[in-house]
Amino acid sequence: MTEPLSFEKSRESLPGPRLPAAGLPGVDPAQVIPRARLRRNRPHLPRLSEPEVMRHFTRLAAMNYSISKNFYPLGSCTMKYNPVTNEVAASLPGFAYLHPYQPEETVQGALELMWDLERALCEIVGVDRMCLQPAAGAHGEWTGLRMIQAFHEDRGEDRSEVIVPDSAHGTNPASAALCGFKVVEVRSDAGGRVSLPDLESKLSPRTAALMLTNPNTLGLFEKEILEVADLVHSVGAKLYYDGANLNALMGICRPGDMGFDVVHLNLHKTFTTPHGGGGPGAGPVGVMKDLEQFLPRPTLERENGHFKLDFERPRSIGRVRSFYGNFGMLVRALTYILAMGADGLSQASEDAVLSANYLRTRLEGALEFPHDGPCKHEFVASARNLTAQGIHATDLAKGLLERGFYAPTIYFPLIVPEAVMVEPTETESKATLDAFTEAVLEIVQLAQTDPERLQAEPTSLPVGRLDEVAAARHPVLRWRPPAQD
Amino acid sequence: MLAEMGIETLEPLLADIPARLRLRRLNLADGLSEAETMARVRQLAGRNSAFEDRLTFRGGGVYRRFIPAAVPAVTSKSEFYTAYTPYQPEASQGWLQATFEFQTMIAELTAMDVSNASLYDGATAVAEAAAMAVVQTGRDRVLVAGYLHPEYLEVLTTYARGRKFHVLQKLPRAGVVDPDELGEPLDQTVAAVIFQQPNFLGLVEDAQALTEAAHQAGALAVACVDPVNLALLQPPGEYGADIAVGEGQQLGLTPSYGGPHLGFIACRSELVRRLPGRLVGESQDARGRRGFVLTLQAREQHIRRDKATSNICTNHALCALAATVYLSYMGPDGLRDVAQTSLTRSHHLERRLAGLRGFRPAFPEAAFVNEFPVRVEGGEGLLARLQEVGILGGLPVGRWFPELEGVLVFCCTELNDAAAIETLVEACNG
Repeated sequence: MTEPLSFEKSRESLPGPRLPAAGLPGVDPAQVIPRARLRRNRPHLPRLSEPEVMRHFTRLAAMNYSISKNFYPLGSCTMKYNPVTNEVAASLPGFAYLHPYQPEETVQGALELMWDLERALCEIVGVDRMCLQPAAGAHGEWTGLRMIQAFHEDRGEDRSEVIVPDSAHGTNPASAALCGFKVVEVRSDAGGRVSLPDLESKLSPRTAALMLTNPNTLGLFEKEILEVADLVHSVGAKLYYDGANLNALMGICRPGDMGFDVVHLNLHKTFTTPHGGGGPGAGPVGVMKDLEQFLPRPTLERENGHFKLDFERPRSIGRVRSFYGNFGMLVRALTYILAMGADGLSQASEDAVLSANYLRTRLEGALEFPHDGPCKHEFVASARNLTAQGIHATDLAKGLLERGFYAPTIYFPLIVPEAVMVEPTETESKATLDAFTEAVLEIVQLAQTDPERLQAEPTSLPVGRLDEVAAARHPVLRWRPPAQD
Repeated sequence: MLAEMGIETLEPLLADIPARLRLRRLNLADGLSEAETMARVRQLAGRNSAFEDRLTFRGGGVYRRFIPAAVPAVTSKSEFYTAYTPYQPEASQGWLQATFEFQTMIAELTAMDVSNASLYDGATAVAEAAAMAVVQTGRDRVLVAGYLHPEYLEVLTTYARGRKFHVLQKLPRAGVVDPDELGEPLDQTVAAVIFQQPNFLGLVEDAQALTEAAHQAGALAVACVDPVNLALLQPPGEYGADIAVGEGQQLGLTPSYGGPHLGFIACRSELVRRLPGRLVGESQDARGRRGFVLTLQAREQHIRRDKATSNICTNHALCALAATVYLSYMGPDGLRDVAQTSLTRSHHLERRLAGLRGFRPAFPEAAFVNEFPVRVEGGEGLLARLQEVGILGGLPVGRWFPELEGVLVFCCTELNDAAAIETLVEACNG
């Protein structure tokens, strides 16, 4: 079952939809705009009736896996349930129809919401101030690094290096490089944590920051985090917290208390704003007091119960996004925090840790576990034990798709061969985790008995395995009208 | 579950966290029921006053436009909004195909060869385009020609500091750029000439001449365009622009106090491997069935790490879906109707305002589509008066451009009906 492209279903004779008539004598564009600057040909957009539009996208929706359908164990992405309440909240007319250039006195509720969210996030991660402007995690990373860069420059220090672990998310080195830093890699030790001796050897007066995820991308808590923080601070560098894995720690411990100076969060992970097929998300970034003056502008301030945007920030690194960030996502995140409260947030993290360790225990014996537990909210297994039969992490992933689950993150982190990274989250029941376990066990069994069948999966989805190599070699990135000159 | 792991409490699973880091409790209120949560959220929403769409005459990058009911009906399907980046194509064909359709629509609107899957907003799209040009040309300055949206300029400047290039701006005397004025700053060190069409004041630039000036200096031409007005205006591909970017909020998204909206970026095919962000391409399976995959991933952070073209990972997919549904609903005729009606109404409003005492067009010689600058005596007082009768008047642009103190930029869309325009004119005359 595949669906034609909307362009292929277009009916050339179909008139456009009925739209408001001008109600005024029409103005011919050619009379008011030089003819050379006008468009000559209409763009090829599909001509469809509303029922055809609805049917097209409903069919596409049906060809799509989602959390609302079943378990989505995509490691590092925190695919937890997205409460529908959040969606209702963000669509309230008092939020959805606000123009960003409305007078301040007409948006006090929006500013109060942002204020409440900033205060709550500061409390949850233990920092002093938070900027809500970044649109995504990587955007927050870059913003945080720019502030660190500005901090060092302000002190007249030329620090050109950022250290990232070999297990880090790809965005970490990319964000650092796009800030003009040289990226220095620090090794993980046999236990899967940052190697302290290697870190010591990489730290120098050139170090601007160490970027760290804790729990790290192996799902392990960096036990020696206090020693790491001391080492980093001893050379005058800053410690950066990648908040991708905060879901393990809410109400249990806080990055600010561990010694982190800058913290970014992914509201679309920990705070249940939906992932939307790849965004929009939101990546607020928090800082300790000594970095506050470098925050992007405007900041939000309160004076005599009145909220105002402060643009007079001479040391600010500047804006990183137009307006005030992905406000609609901020509404969703605050709605979640209000509903959960202090008790609910810590329960969520505890349950996320419980789910991950339970699933890890259930899968022992079926897959390899290169690092000892306990893990936190996720774990990384290896499908290396299946390679003798010609079965790889990809085959395990496709086998899970065939059995009604989404696949874990595979081949990441890069330091684990045949990596299978599983993050079950707190919103899955024991029954779901057990069903997933059964599916993995069945696949592992099949790897021994009938690897060829496994290699041919999936067979029950709209398409089978697609040729990604050919797609990259001869990129076809758009539809073209059949008879275009 | 604990029993299965041979433990009695959760504590052994948390034992590797140093004791002095353990938190007793967050200093936040306890959780609320759904009813109580919504009561609090509604209270906050109630402390805002949104202006009626027909009485909103302010744009400045965010517009009140008609949103067909089909748009939210599709984007609120949980099969779409609760999925993530389609890493497993066999289980994500819905998303991948919709994105392929989006890429095609943006390429068609801009008349460029290829579009990516989306960026955060218009501002970061301009910044990403500038960064592409810097890498492509090996030069380290970009020239902003004319009135680019001031917040886009600010974001561009922030990005430039991090990415080690410089931003110059040349403001025109007459509202639009005279390409001959560019002369001096446009030399062999400039990587890109960046202009907005129509510009931030709503005025139509000579995009062809600006593009030619860029090319003569060996720079790339980056056009920041309005997707609705592209139904009327010459598209960037036709005047030879190398990169087209813009903000897609008008394509079916609510203003939402500034976001989430939709950045787009399209380019000539020679530049495709420098594009930031996700790209979807066509492929097929072993049985020859067509399918779609994420492609050219060797540009991206999860593969190339510190050598990636950009750090972008999460983008604005759901906003791109809204635009795809909007454009599918509108088709070429509907989009043109929307742009045409907005043009008719704006020109009508401009003529009515020009007839009032104390109002005069700021740049009477310059052409505009649906936004225009008016010099108003006592502008701030006027805006307060308008607000009292529920009208969001033109945008005062003097806060960004001192030479435009006293200038308001008014905007009309297909939602400002003739009666609303009369209401505005009467209030201005009061």
